[in-house]
Amino acid sequence: MMPSFMYVRPTSVKEAVKLLSAPGARLHAGGTDLLGCLRDGVFTAEKLVSISHLSALRGITRLGDGGVRIGALTTLAEIATHPFIVEHYAALADGAASAASPQLRNQGTIGGNISQRPRCWYYRGDFQCLRKGGDTCFAVSGENQFHCILGGHSCFIVHPSDTAPALVALEARVRIAGLQGTRTLPVESFFVGPEKDLTRENVLMAGDIITEILLPAPPDNRISRYRKVRVRGAWDFALAGVSLSLQFSNDIVQYVRIVLSGVAPIPWRSKEAERAMAGKPIGDESIAHATDACVRNATPLAKNEYKVHLLRGIIEENLHALKPG
Amino acid sequence: MKKEKPETHSSSGISRRGFLQAVGIGTLEVAVAGALSPAGQAEAKEGGTKVPLSLIINGRRLDLLVEPRWTLLYVLREKMKLTGTKPGCERGECGACTVLFDEKPRYSCLTLALEADGRNVTTVEGLMDGEELGPLQEAFVQEDGFQCGFCTPGQVMAAEGLLRNTRNPTIEEIRMGMSGNLCRCGAYDHIFKAVKNAAIRRSEHRRDLR
Repeated sequence: MMPSFMYVRPTSVKEAVKLLSAPGARLHAGGTDLLGCLRDGVFTAEKLVSISHLSALRGITRLGDGGVRIGALTTLAEIATHPFIVEHYAALADGAASAASPQLRNQGTIGGNISQRPRCWYYRGDFQCLRKGGDTCFAVSGENQFHCILGGHSCFIVHPSDTAPALVALEARVRIAGLQGTRTLPVESFFVGPEKDLTRENVLMAGDIITEILLPAPPDNRISRYRKVRVRGAWDFALAGVSLSLQFSNDIVQYVRIVLSGVAPIPWRSKEAERAMAGKPIGDESIAHATDACVRNATPLAKNEYKVHLLRGIIEENLHALKPG
Repeated sequence: MKKEKPETHSSSGISRRGFLQAVGIGTLEVAVAGALSPAGQAEAKEGGTKVPLSLIINGRRLDLLVEPRWTLLYVLREKMKLTGTKPGCERGECGACTVLFDEKPRYSCLTLALEADGRNVTTVEGLMDGEELGPLQEAFVQEDGFQCGFCTPGQVMAAEGLLRNTRNPTIEEIRMGMSGNLCRCGAYDHIFKAVKNAAIRRSEHRRDLR
């Protein structure tokens, strides 16, 4: 049984923001991550502010500029099967479809998926780790087979989201309602690495609520995908994954975004790999250069060197898969 | 608590036991006002204070008082004695507690009872045909779709959700649709056969109706 908490159901985003800005208040959307954390005592809540019934925050709509608005409460299942998303933003549909299980995809929301807490077993377990205000990252000398190989900085979590790397690759923006009004920023700027702040994974402050994700109009001939490697064939987090967004002119790479999952504390955009491909003919050589560039700065821990090889494999495989002809 | 009245609808296993107030209305066409609106009504002075909730379980509306921290799983089993829904991991990792939430499978262990306010919840008891097993349950028996049986209610509900949303699933669709349910006995092949069997029964039934 979880510890007791109060439960409120505001009737508007504005009211929700106000309630959520109180100390001890936490947001309840799909609840799949929240309830697990409360049950395991990862953090506590005095009051849950449930917004699951705010229908204005649900659904996928086409925008006048040709883009798409996805309400923050839209479920992963809805995104994974939405025909326009599947056709024009394949990476996002892939990410949503490969996350969690059918039941969790029916419940989990896109807003929650990008703001879920890390799955590090020390963070989730009974360890007073750095991220929980302690003075040790137990992964450094502990069981670190599922931890990061890039971007680790005193804390070695990986970001668990499968949709976030796709959103970064697709240049999505996120709209956030807060005490100071609403603001919109690129999803790429939403995440906060441990070198900046050990206590958070994103920019959300007290009272902030993600209200929607905005996807830009899909350019002609832009293709994208997300793939991940996991221990099981389904219902598992990424050991390593990659989201690609590409555009070719004949065989020349006109546009490229490469964003990695399962290997870093935030969705990891590899600008080095993108530079290795941009403007070059797509082929064995440029793909090899991009693959090398992705892992060049990897610093594996004692038990996760295998992730370097997995990552290389999945990048190479999927760049080849998207190659024209 | 007052002495219990005799059970009036024992076949579905719904009991009055444990209710502060339980009203069974055998219809779905009941407009359910949100028990928690306006928002202020949910504000409890202390976390342990109970708040009113209207649930629609297997087509019956039930009004009761719940603590905000109670999960749907807890209310189904401990307050409504609908013990077909099983507690397994109670952390969204095994699928034993799967129920339908507005036609879609969902883990009742990761769902607060208050979140089910006014929603249609179907449990494995709701698939019964009176005292008889429903056709999907029959298919599990016929194909030996279980061994110890503990995960079976969750498997059946995941399958029900899959078949309501996908009429003639391929084996791959069945495998993916059932991937949120673990079977520690490893009866997966038989479970997939049971779902395929049930899908065929359903399509034959639909043909017969035409």
